[in-house]
Amino acid sequence: MPQNGAIDFAAFFCENRILFRLGRGFPVFKKVLKRILVSIPVLVGVVLLIFIMLRIVPGDPVTTMMGEHVNPVVIEKIKKEMGLEQPLYIQFFKYVANALKGDFGTSYRLNRNVTQIILDAFPNTVKLSLLAALVAWIIGIVAGIVAAIRQNRLLDRMFMGCALMGVSMPVFMTALVLQYVFAFRLKWFPVSGFDSFRAMILPAIVLGWNSAGSIARMTRSNLVEVMQDDYIRTARAKGLREHGVILGHALKNAMLPVVTMMALQISSMLSGAVLTESVFGVPGIGRLAVNAIETRDMPLLQGTVIFTTVLIIAGNLVADLLYNVLDPRIREGA
Amino acid sequence: MTKKNGGADMLREAVQEQEFSEDQIRESDTWLDQVKTLVRQNKLAVFSAILIVLIIMAAVFAPVVAPYDHLKQSLTDRLQHPSAAHWLGTDELGRDVLSRIIFGARISLTIGLVPTLISMAIGTVLGMCAGFYGGKIDFFIMRLADVMLAFPSLLLAMVVMYTMGGGLINIFIALSLVNWASTARVVRSQTLSLKEKEYVEAARSIGVKKWTIMFRHILPNCLPSLIVLFTLNIPSAILSEASLSFLGVGAQPPSASWGLMVVRGKKYLFTEPWLSIAPSVAIMVIVMAFNFLGDGLRDVIDPYLKEQ
Repeated sequence: MPQNGAIDFAAFFCENRILFRLGRGFPVFKKVLKRILVSIPVLVGVVLLIFIMLRIVPGDPVTTMMGEHVNPVVIEKIKKEMGLEQPLYIQFFKYVANALKGDFGTSYRLNRNVTQIILDAFPNTVKLSLLAALVAWIIGIVAGIVAAIRQNRLLDRMFMGCALMGVSMPVFMTALVLQYVFAFRLKWFPVSGFDSFRAMILPAIVLGWNSAGSIARMTRSNLVEVMQDDYIRTARAKGLREHGVILGHALKNAMLPVVTMMALQISSMLSGAVLTESVFGVPGIGRLAVNAIETRDMPLLQGTVIFTTVLIIAGNLVADLLYNVLDPRIREGA
Repeated sequence: MTKKNGGADMLREAVQEQEFSEDQIRESDTWLDQVKTLVRQNKLAVFSAILIVLIIMAAVFAPVVAPYDHLKQSLTDRLQHPSAAHWLGTDELGRDVLSRIIFGARISLTIGLVPTLISMAIGTVLGMCAGFYGGKIDFFIMRLADVMLAFPSLLLAMVVMYTMGGGLINIFIALSLVNWASTARVVRSQTLSLKEKEYVEAARSIGVKKWTIMFRHILPNCLPSLIVLFTLNIPSAILSEASLSFLGVGAQPPSASWGLMVVRGKKYLFTEPWLSIAPSVAIMVIVMAFNFLGDGLRDVIDPYLKEQ
């Protein structure tokens, strides 16, 4: 019973409140609520873990911030102002309460509100990730479909080889090679920066490349599997053309897991964004995190990591729900 | 009395039956058979295995194989282009790039093998406990795993590196701590199904201790999946180390870590591109080799894992 405590709690919550009436009408709604409630403990765990990990750092944050040769009285005063002399659990609850209000504290180095710093950098990361996702989806799905149609032939082998290379290539390698060829040799794009659309293209391709590989592999394997189903034979038997069979019948079913995976890719994209941003000098969240480590800026690092992780949890949630909404078998609660 | 005897008989029968069926399995599918299937089915995986062995040999015998000392600086020879004397040129301090890559293989392989082994050992024990004991233990362990899996692993490793500072030893610890959750999930789900098997029940009813059951009856049956997972986890550990070092929070100079070589070579990308491209290619080759091998092993040993 306690095995699924959170789920049980969620089920109880769903079934015993007014929401139940809503839930009966829309099974999806009930699922959504359940799923949201289940991710709350994970969210709390994430914040707690980061909070603890950043506070077992040897040395005192204020001394790190001000330097060694500062009057101890001043240090004590600052500590008091920042609430660092209180017990850890009080600090934690204060932090969570403030975070819920959208306040992640003040950066040690930049002396600005962390939320503001993150919100300034965030649009760049979003632009980069969305463009990268576009690249990944287009390349990945097209390559996957072509490979599945040409199963076990040369084109399939070539595409799948490229896909595996895409998965295995370190992000910074793709970045450096593309930078060298397209920015330095051919001069098609600027080497770094993120101020124009042209400057965004290379980073987006770099970031999308890895995901394109996994999307292509998954699209192919699902499509190959679906193509052996009975209804495909039916569709062929009733005289549909091959591309009609694939686009009209097979693809719809084959894409279900792929759509979920694409949403799950947000996580790997945000990780990859750290590297891509640092190669191309994109002023995004990943760069903030790296800078925060370099300058030992604890509140900034804490804010960026928690912010990113919350985004990923939300992304996974959306992926799950998308799957529920897209698949009629699950949607109808069968 | 009769009841007791009857129970013992049944038990003996069950145990015998179990031994019988295990023998059968062993006869039909020894590891040698599986290797044969692999060789027949997947030439790429075999080629990768050979490549990995070669890389391991090169790393072990690095002082013999490498043409130069990987740490020896020679400022008169700095930034030389590839030539017969220096196949991959020299870096900004005049060190031979090829020798550094060969010595760097030691770091990458150790990082790939040791922290992966540690994190998988942690994951296996936790996953087995969760699956076997169930209840509160299961709930606690799996929620912790959920939390770990919610982080992008690179960010989490970065936070650990922030806490402990840079350096290779700390990468070891960071990667060991970060990557156990996925193993724990797989092992838990296998334990859940394995503990319902008759031979576990038999062992339990004759009073075998829980830990003995776990390690003698359940663990051996999880091994095939664990081997596949291990092979597939190695490349991601290698990539993590390279990425951390590339970001400057990992290995510190003068270490010959490939990620560090890439980031230091990046300054000379437009004039001496091989400085950063050569170690990148090394990373890609080793990662691809392990991925191909892992894919091949999975298809032969544990097709079930693919569906997960």
